[in-house]
Amino acid sequence: MPGDFTRADVERIARLARLELTEHEKTLITPQLSSFLAYAEQVQAVVTAGVPPTSHPLGATGSWREDIVRPSLPREEALSQAPEADLANGLFKVPRVLG
Amino acid sequence: MALETAREISEAIRAGTTSATEVCQAALDRIRHRNDAIYAFHTVSADRALSQAAALDARPAEWARLPLLGVPIALKDNLCTRGVTTTACSRILEHYTPPYDATVVQRLVAAGAVVVGKTNCDEFAMGSSTENSAFAPTKNPWSLDRTPGGSSGGSAAAVAARMVPIALGSDTGGSIRQPASMCGIIGLKPTYGRVSRYGLLAFASSLDQIGPLTTTVADAAATLQVMAGADPSDATSAEAPVPDYLAALTGEIRNVRIGVPRELVTEGVDGEVRATFEAGVETLRQQGALIVDVALPHSAHAIPVYYLVATAEASSNLARYDGVRYGLREPAETLGEMYDRTRDAGFGAEVKRRVLLGTYVLSAGYYDAYYLKAQQVRTLIRRDYEAALETADLIALPTSPTPAFLLGERTSDPLQMYLADVFTVAANLAGLPSISVPCGFTSSRLPCGLQLTGRAMDEATVLRVADAFERATPFARERP
Repeated sequence: MPGDFTRADVERIARLARLELTEHEKTLITPQLSSFLAYAEQVQAVVTAGVPPTSHPLGATGSWREDIVRPSLPREEALSQAPEADLANGLFKVPRVLG
Repeated sequence: MALETAREISEAIRAGTTSATEVCQAALDRIRHRNDAIYAFHTVSADRALSQAAALDARPAEWARLPLLGVPIALKDNLCTRGVTTTACSRILEHYTPPYDATVVQRLVAAGAVVVGKTNCDEFAMGSSTENSAFAPTKNPWSLDRTPGGSSGGSAAAVAARMVPIALGSDTGGSIRQPASMCGIIGLKPTYGRVSRYGLLAFASSLDQIGPLTTTVADAAATLQVMAGADPSDATSAEAPVPDYLAALTGEIRNVRIGVPRELVTEGVDGEVRATFEAGVETLRQQGALIVDVALPHSAHAIPVYYLVATAEASSNLARYDGVRYGLREPAETLGEMYDRTRDAGFGAEVKRRVLLGTYVLSAGYYDAYYLKAQQVRTLIRRDYEAALETADLIALPTSPTPAFLLGERTSDPLQMYLADVFTVAANLAGLPSISVPCGFTSSRLPCGLQLTGRAMDEATVLRVADAFERATPFARERP
């Protein structure tokens, strides 16, 4: 599988990851990811039939709290770091959505 | 007497022989004097620090209940500080000023600590040398042509150069312990869940943990004491009670069982590193510890499993940097173009590599083969540790397979850089507490570290044995 990893794969995942890569970056990254995937191929040989996956190291299942309205970050502060905001109306501003 | 440890500083202020302001000013002077050569700090928050120190000096009635009274601390620049830029050493957050303090920052400040600045790190904590900082690499105080390790290299260098007695780092795959080892100081990664991650810019959420870098184990224990414990703002923080860590430092380690996985300490480990490790194990034996053999058969796969899991989580966590709510925005005609250009301009090469790799292993058709498989092998690695920690109380390994490497030596070979974490990543995969304590030097006077990993929530034993080791050896008292 990793031997098949190509520049087209880099372009496909760059679209998924919303990264506009330059041609030079694609040339650099393709062999780097390909060589990591070849190295990671070793995990395929490990027998894992019936082994549950670990997504939390200590097996915790989350915690509960009462659903009570509490003070949160004031809107002005939440907007204070935005590249572009409409403070009067409490909005983040972005370029037009449809091309 | 020079005031160097946190304990000495707080006692001297309480005794009236110095003030928080004097201590703070002295730290700022040391930073000013040495930071140009080392670049441990990316931001120095002199105003916030001096006003915090003045406030402490003005309220002597409170001193008795402030365990870190007047202690200057540095924070890795991925920990949020209200009103002080928090960049993760990334262009995408270069001017980000958080509206809140991380929980650990709130707790340390409430305990009397004074935040003097933010330390350099690999961008979003992704790296093992601090060379992935978007700003500049940090130099190792022991040898300025070498890296301090990473990703918390600025924190390690700041403590090693005695600019501050305590710095916080974050450890996803060794990012506290490995730079501590390479800089000749103590670095502790607590159990996953022991310390709240609220306000830590997330890299890999099932692996990240915040911890202290210090010159003494006692200072690491005192820092953990203040930081540990459940936090309503972090649902993964643990409810487990917090014991008295300083009281655990008895110096007594007779009959503590130290497990050594011999099969791991062979090929690929630098000869001098191996010699300091063997001497360290012998020191523990002479102090009464029992050395036992343990096997960790799946640890051979720890590096690929770690990078598959960590990059998958990173690709998800870093999706939030989109130029909308904070950080960099590149001009564009449409929203989609704005995302793509902002992220290309804002992220550095290693972050892009990891986001792409993580996206790939989570993508349709590859999820089962890579991500799910890695999570299953993670279970096997965790079970190995659980079994080994039934026959042993702690597991000993070298922290890093090599001493500090030269700046630029590994930057062109990402896979070679990843192998620097070979002994540290398993503790993150298994969620266990782990410390690096200085255990000797190479012939060219580069520090080496001994790593001790314990059972979940048993930081007390980890700290007790590390403290006994520190007392029995001269290495932690050596300085660059």
